Amino acid sequence: MIALIGGMLIGISTAILLIFCGRVTGISGIIYATIYPSKKDWAWRILFLSGLLLGGILFQLVAPERMISQLLSSYSYKFLSLAGLFVGFGTILGSGCTSGHGVCGFSRLSPRSILATLIFMSTAIATVAIKKYFLIFL
Amino acid sequence: MIKIYLVSFISGLIFALGLGLSGMVLPEKVLGFLDVFENWGNWDPSLIFVMLGAMLIHMISYYWIKKIKKMPYPILSQEWHLPTKKEITPSLLVGSVLFGIGWGLVGLCPGPALVSLSKGQVEIFIFVANMIFGMILFRLLNKIFNFKR
Repeated sequence: MIALIGGMLIGISTAILLIFCGRVTGISGIIYATIYPSKKDWAWRILFLSGLLLGGILFQLVAPERMISQLLSSYSYKFLSLAGLFVGFGTILGSGCTSGHGVCGFSRLSPRSILATLIFMSTAIATVAIKKYFLIFL
Repeated sequence: MIKIYLVSFISGLIFALGLGLSGMVLPEKVLGFLDVFENWGNWDPSLIFVMLGAMLIHMISYYWIKKIKKMPYPILSQEWHLPTKKEITPSLLVGSVLFGIGWGLVGLCPGPALVSLSKGQVEIFIFVANMIFGMILFRLLNKIFNFKR
């Protein structure tokens, strides 16, 4: 139930950006275009990211127990670096991540986003299975 | 202009709260959800509701403003900035595979990774730094290969 409310908040956030600014809420794209601004339209991205980071801080203050992850602390730095590289490179090459393709694009029934979402979901499921059964990454 | 900035800021704020509430910032929860084979039976499907909840709201708002109200442009802008690409490119497929591998390894995608920075743990800073480095790497390789995205 609380997961559904969380999901709906994400949906409301993306709907606000869509209705007011006519934009897709794609986190990877927003980060990339903040590092490499193309036109004069980067300021809204800085503000979106500021809101995102401040939201994280507020949530940490209000509900710290919902932020504690034992698993995160157990990862080696090499492993985290490798995964981070894949996520950063992959989302830009693939033009989107869970938010841009998964939430926004899929809902607009964009064929590219539906395909991308199915691919990264199934690859992630396969990666978890392989990691678990063969332990070749750890 | 100032209104666009305010709206963007509020949107980011709500997005972060949604990610926090939904449990997307907990790698064990994300990986438990992606572990569909092992946990058959006691599998935790809650993240399905996160996706469905978000998609439902987005879909309703999209079809309401574009198909029913037929808004010529968004409230605070003179034009829509929505992606119009239709072509399925090799970059889309390969990039999505690479992202899926990275997501499946650690259980963090870009949004939750940024929100998790407030945990103040060195692990999350290393992940985010390398995620950004991966984007810079794309930029450099793109200068050579000129990927058709």
